[in-house]
Amino acid sequence: MRHLLSISDLTKVQALSILDTATELARVSDGAVKKLPTLRGRTIVNLFVEDSTRTRISFEAAAKRLSADVINFSAKGSSLSKGESLKDTALTLQAMGADAVVIRHGASGAPQRLADSDWMRGSVINAGDGTHEHPSQALLDAFTIRKHCVKGGNDLVGVRVAIVGDILHSRVARSNVLLLNLLGASVTLVAPPTLLPVGVESWPVKISYDLDKVIGSVDVVMMLRVQQERMNDLFFPNAREYSRYFGLNADRLRLMSHNSIVMHPGPMNRGLEIAAEVADSARSVIVEQVANGVSVRMAILYVLLAGGPLEAGVK
Amino acid sequence: MSIALSAPDISRALKRISHEILEANTSSDQIVLLGIPTRGAHLALRIAANMSSLAGHTIPVGMLDITMHRDDLRMRPPRPIMPTSIPDSGIQGRDLVLIDDVLFSGRTIRAGLDALGEIGRPHTVQLAVLIDRGHRELPIRADFVGKNLPTSIAQSVKVHLNEVDGIDEVLIEES
Amino acid sequence: MSPHRYLIKGATMPDGRICDLLIVAGLIQTISAKIEDTDAIVIKANGSVILPGLVDLHTHLRQPGREDAETVLSGSRAGAKGGFTALSAMANTSPVADNAGVVEQVFRLGQQAGLVDVFPIGAVTQGLEGVVLAEIGAMADSLARVRVFSDDGNCVFDPLVMRRGLEYIKKFDGVIAQHAQEPRLTVGSQMNEGEVSAILGLKGWPAIAEEAIIARDVLLVDHVKSRLHICHVTTAGGVEIIRWAKARGINVTAEVTPHHLLLTDDFARSYDPVFKVNPPLRTEKDVMALREGLCDGTIDIVATDHAPHSSESKECEWHEASFGMLALETALSIVQKTMIDSHLMNWTQVANCLSTAPARIAGYGDHGQPLQVGSIANITIVDPHASWSVDRDLSASKSRNTPFHGFELPGVVTYTFFKGVPTLFAGALVENDVS
Repeated sequence: MRHLLSISDLTKVQALSILDTATELARVSDGAVKKLPTLRGRTIVNLFVEDSTRTRISFEAAAKRLSADVINFSAKGSSLSKGESLKDTALTLQAMGADAVVIRHGASGAPQRLADSDWMRGSVINAGDGTHEHPSQALLDAFTIRKHCVKGGNDLVGVRVAIVGDILHSRVARSNVLLLNLLGASVTLVAPPTLLPVGVESWPVKISYDLDKVIGSVDVVMMLRVQQERMNDLFFPNAREYSRYFGLNADRLRLMSHNSIVMHPGPMNRGLEIAAEVADSARSVIVEQVANGVSVRMAILYVLLAGGPLEAGVK
Repeated sequence: MSIALSAPDISRALKRISHEILEANTSSDQIVLLGIPTRGAHLALRIAANMSSLAGHTIPVGMLDITMHRDDLRMRPPRPIMPTSIPDSGIQGRDLVLIDDVLFSGRTIRAGLDALGEIGRPHTVQLAVLIDRGHRELPIRADFVGKNLPTSIAQSVKVHLNEVDGIDEVLIEES
Repeated sequence: MSPHRYLIKGATMPDGRICDLLIVAGLIQTISAKIEDTDAIVIKANGSVILPGLVDLHTHLRQPGREDAETVLSGSRAGAKGGFTALSAMANTSPVADNAGVVEQVFRLGQQAGLVDVFPIGAVTQGLEGVVLAEIGAMADSLARVRVFSDDGNCVFDPLVMRRGLEYIKKFDGVIAQHAQEPRLTVGSQMNEGEVSAILGLKGWPAIAEEAIIARDVLLVDHVKSRLHICHVTTAGGVEIIRWAKARGINVTAEVTPHHLLLTDDFARSYDPVFKVNPPLRTEKDVMALREGLCDGTIDIVATDHAPHSSESKECEWHEASFGMLALETALSIVQKTMIDSHLMNWTQVANCLSTAPARIAGYGDHGQPLQVGSIANITIVDPHASWSVDRDLSASKSRNTPFHGFELPGVVTYTFFKGVPTLFAGALVENDVS
């Protein structure tokens, strides 16, 4: 495996191996020493063409705990904001000797363009591209779900997950649908019909327009952020109505089944898709998701970067 | 291919190592064993069982994965990380014995010493191996050796254990 | 040997007969089973298919304005290489071809190049903005004698503007070529809306956005009794509507591009913008409906929508990239692959949809003439048994954005005659001295 562009690049065995590796690496984060020498001498570039402080610092922490050198390259104040093309940026990173590029980009498919081009040779890790995918988020979500909802067994067979909100524009939803399905969970998408993509019928999921009908029969409720720019784009009448039908409030929290958990990829709009008392409740694992993010991203970096080329595999 | 150690040979060697570790460490309640996965961890369990019955109390045993500390990661395809489990007693101030199947270049043990640094500071660190086949590349030696097996660099030594391979034996293969 | 006498030996006519043809002074002088002429330059066709010179009703030549991507000359070369003797230069240049000055300039550049006839298409509205009619009359009366009008790239969206345009061109039997795209349904759209766009997270471009405009405009043209041509139909629903309109006797013609006859939206999975085109690649079902529509005459012609773009417009993220594909040099091969080799059409039908019919729709009298004695010798010879591997770096266009790079395609164009003079000879371009 050279790149991580989409969950569809992964087999079930590979996905589980990343989760298992993350489980071992979580020890490092918990222990007194927060550093391993594994990626010493490797250069990882965080190329954040679209801003995302949370994802960037998570990848940065992961890389540093593995002793990699980290270069942050963000849109603001850089050549990227001066109209430099992706190609020229990639050529620059290649010239600097980047072993891997962690890329966040507003355009769907930009990481794949980098990986498929001959502009640079390093590994490409998709840290969220447009409305396409966010594979590291899905892996950390699966990691979190496995910790809470699975007894015995290492996959997610039998776990029931509802993903609620703006599916149409959500890269988190796309990656999660693929990964949860790969690991054997059953997924229900809950959204107003305007926020489901045409073509969703072909996805391996159930569809519901009614959160109240779904909420009592799932183990995980994963809330998606409602982007501010959707408010005035005819997807729903207004924030209040959206919140009434698709927000997770205290009343709905009480309908949730025993031992079920609430997730959110962040950043949250408290009071819109999730009520403050839900976000702070005992069912919420939202803060834990952030902590797990570092371990899972360490595992991704380890799997992609620690080994040499496959042909060197002679003992 | 020839058989260097049979199942009874292995059993005798482990018993002898168990005795030697106890003799070398005056206070047996301070000893902690850590095996290096995969086969070193199983050897550690067997030695711990031997020692526990000899000493009359349970000798703490765990395993220590050293993958992340290897210096040859980039020379091979990525390998899975193995579990690490440290006994509840911890290793702080203890007499710690690292256990592996074959001592060869010494690089695995160096990585093991580095990995220990994450976990704590033992009073002493000792090394027990089933086979010492020579060809050291680092200034490392074993305190307890099951069998010294002079080999040529072209040969390879294969340790098979019941728990993993369904049979106890040590083989020398010409490559 | 005279440079004005060419003897083509052993050519397969579209109807299957094998003949010799003698071209003298720009005309087909003789067609017969066996001709001997010691004065003529002899071309051994060896059974290759001979067609009336191909006529493209939809070409972007980019001049004036984007000469880095294409010029009238480089586009003419690409045309000659692809077997074309007439191109129709779309109006979306910079400045826009919405006045007599620009269309005459393009026309003259075509004549100077001398490899094909370049017929400018005039804009329907000023600046392609869809608000005020362009100087349609002046363009029609100009040296370029424009008869086809189109805002291609943009849709003439306002129904009143479309109505007035359709009425106005009746004065000189013009035709409006409509780019059917409902703008509100396609804000920011990137690719066909369906299963693939859902997975890729690229903004969808619904089929309905095309079909709604086609439906509106066939009703409009019926009402005002004018002439309507639908550019690049891409959806099964669009074919259905046109079939319905033709059955009602409505005066509408339609085109399909080679790429929409072959490629589907699955190619977008690579995120390579070389597959980004307007209108977008659709589904397998649409491709099959388009082939069927071309076969039964619902769709009258194949037009290339040759759309050159500089490399920086394509070597980027999908969102950033321009819409469009090179098409002139691969058009005939794609039509052979999709229509002949699949036994849907014969060469007579191909001659019709790539030459006779487009020449008739646009009123290009010198083109699309039947292969008979006395016709102007606009001729294409293609070896249908040979195949070639598309290499974008060997393109005659100034741009490299062919989606077929690396494809193995059937049918090699070996000769193109433009008014009796070879522009492509044994596969090599001939730069003519137009004296």
